[in-house]
Amino acid sequence: MALARYIGRKVAWTLVVFVVALLLNFLLPRLIPGNPVDAIVGQLALGGGAGGEQLQQVHEQYMKEFGLDQPLWQQFFIYVGNVFQGDLGTSFAQYPASVSTLISQALPWSIAIMLPAILIGWLVGNLLGAVAAFKGGWLDRGAFIGSLFLSSVPPFALAIILLFLVAVRGGILPVGGAYSFGLTPEFSLAFFGDAITYWWLPFWSLVLVYIGGQAVGMRSMAIYELGSDYVNYNRGLGVKEGHTVRYIFRNAMLPQFTGLALSIAALITGGLITELVFSYPGLGSLLFSAIGTNDYPVISAITLIITIAVLIANLAADILTGFIDPRIRAVQSGER
Amino acid sequence: MSLRGLSPRFWVAVVLVAFVVLVGLVGPLIVSTNPDATVGGLYDEPRCCGPLMLGADNEGQSVIANLVYGTRTSLIIGLIAGLIGTAIGLLVGLVAGYRGGWLDDVLSAIVNVGLAIPVLVIVILVSVSLPQRNLYTLALVIGFTGWFWVARAVRAQSSSIRTREHIDVAKLSGAGFWSILRRDVLPYLLSYVVMACILQISSAILFESTLSMLGLGASNTTSLGTMLYWAIQWGSVRTGAWWAFIPPTVMLTLIVFSLLLLQSSLNEVFNPRLRRGRAARKKAVKEGTELETSVEADDAGPVGSGGFLETPVSAGQDR
Repeated sequence: MALARYIGRKVAWTLVVFVVALLLNFLLPRLIPGNPVDAIVGQLALGGGAGGEQLQQVHEQYMKEFGLDQPLWQQFFIYVGNVFQGDLGTSFAQYPASVSTLISQALPWSIAIMLPAILIGWLVGNLLGAVAAFKGGWLDRGAFIGSLFLSSVPPFALAIILLFLVAVRGGILPVGGAYSFGLTPEFSLAFFGDAITYWWLPFWSLVLVYIGGQAVGMRSMAIYELGSDYVNYNRGLGVKEGHTVRYIFRNAMLPQFTGLALSIAALITGGLITELVFSYPGLGSLLFSAIGTNDYPVISAITLIITIAVLIANLAADILTGFIDPRIRAVQSGER
Repeated sequence: MSLRGLSPRFWVAVVLVAFVVLVGLVGPLIVSTNPDATVGGLYDEPRCCGPLMLGADNEGQSVIANLVYGTRTSLIIGLIAGLIGTAIGLLVGLVAGYRGGWLDDVLSAIVNVGLAIPVLVIVILVSVSLPQRNLYTLALVIGFTGWFWVARAVRAQSSSIRTREHIDVAKLSGAGFWSILRRDVLPYLLSYVVMACILQISSAILFESTLSMLGLGASNTTSLGTMLYWAIQWGSVRTGAWWAFIPPTVMLTLIVFSLLLLQSSLNEVFNPRLRRGRAARKKAVKEGTELETSVEADDAGPVGSGGFLETPVSAGQDR
């Protein structure tokens, strides 16, 4: 029962944050003096790509879409209503393409490199950190300095170096993009075999940095645990080493779980730039071109999706913590 | 504390940080070339001695000049943003933790919301909305959005200090709210705040370069991030013009790595439980068990106010 209440509280909290995120996404662009549509149509006019009549049409379309003739609070409800119907608006730069289409083309590529990087990086990093802390000696020193270095290299720096050494100089893997020219994305073995050669480098540059960060965190948590009272007590009782190690691992693991969400936000940030470096057609590249063309609906849709992804990861980590940490169940049922 | 007690790691970090700062401060004085002047052609190869020491970039500008000016810009942004972020986080955390009650609830809720929403999202939304972007607006935006975790950590510590006896003594002797915060709570957190500030600076520098690479950088100044932006835009990696992208990449890595190294070596000085001396490890290997830490450090002990003076820092500290 306590667990259910705990999960319920976490879900409610996530919803609150989500509303705040929606508000920010909605309000911040409207804080610019003037209204965004005027600014954007002005920029379109400067570009000279569209004639006067066309501009007028575009202007009206956007005014209607944003509901800019209505009071602010009504605009917010229009915005929220649209978001919940999956309608993220129309792209400014690639008029009349809908933002949802652009996103749905880019999102799978981002997930393809980021999700495996998070899962594998988290597992390997924590194992490495724990083993380094237990064993000590040269393994500890090597793993620690290595991880510290990896975790403090900006992800895109590693990406640039890898791209240059492995792809450009070494010629081992293809240089950029996500699949060979002339192929179209489809579910076939041939396409998959081709795409995976493009996938390796962005994946490695993300996962290495992530492993480093996790290992450093886990190592210091495990060392903290090693000095704690229950370890000494167990030792005094003559409890088998392996048994104690299990306790240590479980205790050191918890903060790593709660840190998961924060580290995921950092990984997504790094991943966006990594995509740029490899011209991988994911959200990062889409964001980049949207910023270059002041394509506001696309930018705000991407920030919204990143927020949602991080919130979901946060919630998942919280719920898992609830299952793993017996204290959460115990606190409310009073069996301390 | 005697200098002898500091680990070699600390000195390596100090030397690296000093080198970076030197490049940023003295570099622009030595390299007299204007970073915006065209001195060569598209991606001219490096040749010895002169403005083209590190070749030319896509606009034929000197890479070495851009590098030193860019380092300076990145350091300025990092310093301003880092100090702002730490100051706000410190203030909010101190007040929330010490005052407690409804104010604590409100501030903590704001901090938790701020922590849950990725910083990048807020920074992108704000900088897209800015009418113009220069070095200082960028630094302000990064500084004002990155203070949440400092506030949370400071809050946790200051609320634990609140219950200590010396606070009661201060209250009884008639000290005011701000005076207690400044003289009786803050000293216990100082070491932590210094470390947090170093982390803030390094993450601000990273954020600046991330934003610049996305095309949201300062429009009128060169930074390490804008150098990378142009290098990637113009395909220097693909064409093998290494001198356009390796120098800013290495410089950024060096800055971030040296700051993190400095932070983690300071952490070991302030947090004796993280240390594992050579002598202790030998003993541990011989006995086949893990060592115990020699000092039981109270987590919220007076880490910055001389409490570590008694800890045996000097013995066999090799990392």
